[in-house]
Amino acid sequence: MIWDEKIECMSLEDMRELQLKRLQDVVTRAFNEVPYYHKRYTEAEVYPEDIQCLEDIEKLPFTTKTDLRASYPFGLFAVDQKEIVEIHTSSGTTGKPTVSGYTKEDLDTWAEVMARGMTMMGIGEDDIVQNTHGYGLFTGGFGVHYGGQKIGATVIPISTGQTLRQIELMKDFGTTMLIFTPSYGLHIAEELHEMGIKPSDLNLKVIGFGSESWTDEMRQSIEEKFEVPAYNIYGLTEVMGPGVAMECDQQNGLHLYEDHFYPEIIDSKTLKHIPEGQSGELVLTTLTRVGMPIIRFRTHDVTSIKHEKCGCGRTLVKMSKITGRTDDMLKIKGVSVFPSQIEKALLSIKGVEPHYQIILTRPDNLDQIEVKVEASPDIFFDNVKELVGIRDKLAEAIHDEIGLRVNVNLVEPKTIDRVDAGKAVRVIDNRNLK
Amino acid sequence: MEYLKQLSIFLENKEGRMLHTLDIIEELNINIRALSIADTSEFGILRLIVTDPLKVKEELEKKDFIVKLTDVIPVAISDEPGGLNKILRLLSNNNINLEYLYAFVEQQKYDAIVILRLENMDEGLKVLEEGNAELICPDEIYSI
Repeated sequence: MIWDEKIECMSLEDMRELQLKRLQDVVTRAFNEVPYYHKRYTEAEVYPEDIQCLEDIEKLPFTTKTDLRASYPFGLFAVDQKEIVEIHTSSGTTGKPTVSGYTKEDLDTWAEVMARGMTMMGIGEDDIVQNTHGYGLFTGGFGVHYGGQKIGATVIPISTGQTLRQIELMKDFGTTMLIFTPSYGLHIAEELHEMGIKPSDLNLKVIGFGSESWTDEMRQSIEEKFEVPAYNIYGLTEVMGPGVAMECDQQNGLHLYEDHFYPEIIDSKTLKHIPEGQSGELVLTTLTRVGMPIIRFRTHDVTSIKHEKCGCGRTLVKMSKITGRTDDMLKIKGVSVFPSQIEKALLSIKGVEPHYQIILTRPDNLDQIEVKVEASPDIFFDNVKELVGIRDKLAEAIHDEIGLRVNVNLVEPKTIDRVDAGKAVRVIDNRNLK
Repeated sequence: MEYLKQLSIFLENKEGRMLHTLDIIEELNINIRALSIADTSEFGILRLIVTDPLKVKEELEKKDFIVKLTDVIPVAISDEPGGLNKILRLLSNNNINLEYLYAFVEQQKYDAIVILRLENMDEGLKVLEEGNAELICPDEIYSI
């Protein structure tokens, strides 16, 4: 079934016309209502009337996470704060998060795009959606929630964790759709296996997964363990949240809701457009967002896009699964983490040297972070209690910064590799995500 | 009386680290009088009494070790039941807390020697002196 056939099966020509109209509108609103855009565009000597065709978008400056942070907290709102009915945040590199504000209309749009995707995955008002994404400032939980309610499904807002409880509810409520991050999904699968519960004992029909990097092998493993198809959900807080693009039953790319989010693919070095079908950095523009227009946001996600009529009947542009990042951001347990955040936390403790290494592993399908820190004379004491105290203090500082528990380990000086010319190897990712 | 200088060395709890450290000391032809380890599953502290602590510290630091010199008190005890208890009772009665201790046997002059690290070293030393504990002069230990 197709939720909005008019849009989802629109001809390329009509879509471009709609996009141009909306682009002109959003650039005008941004220029007039948001000092940040007014200043940037004036400096670049580009004005709303310069947008005559879609290609003209290239004249506009990019917006980066740094720009969003500089506008913290409400600097990018295009409406009075009283019009904003909900706020989410994503992690930043300096401790201040980036804020995403939504008006009532924006929440409707969010629900709408999620509804399209969930319909595409084959569910409707008879279904029971168990949403293991966290509810809170993270957009994952609420995005799925709004979409699920929009299509009239029954949503179980259970959030992540309490795996035994999850399983109990899956059985008792007859959950038909499970939403999770791949790593948490595999963890649930393991528990099910240990409890001797077979997929056929459950009522599952479909799985939606997202907010973490994944491989085809991981998807295959999820589908084998749950014996249902699993579809990817893509999104990012800065632009909206989950629901920017979602996979259909063809499982060969994600339909990007281009009537709301205009995609460009650029070469991250030259910052120029690259031909359709080639891999590069995804740049997104919110065409309809009222509360906080985001124009030419550099996602740093690497993908490619292609217009083609899909086997599912939709004409919406398709983007390939994300294959990497153009910066050093890590996704750990679905949370965005920059190594610089960990460094900042470590250096907040007096005497700690900036020699550290982040080691990521995924035992039992759950991400674990170990941070090795070289000991230094200033943090060495002839007392085990004090040494352990330092270690715990470092772990606490990192937790405060990134919101995740890590294992900190003190190691001997000069044991972490230094690279003379380039950057030190700060991250060792042993999670097999590639 | 002066304190005895103990070497406190940061070590990872990893195969071969201890041997590596002791090899360096062996190369200096310096004798180890006593040794004790305090560790967690990942790292720990190697405590050594050697004949020339300054030289060992310098050499280990050249090789990137983290080394601190820690004041400790060597006390001779009689090799008989309750030998150590006398010392500990003396400290306890005077509310001196013990951080750690370890003992070693010395065959020439004393029966056994305990190395004491106290929370309040100066106060503790006074208590031991006034309680007639058999304190050993550091030079004697360095030259054993």
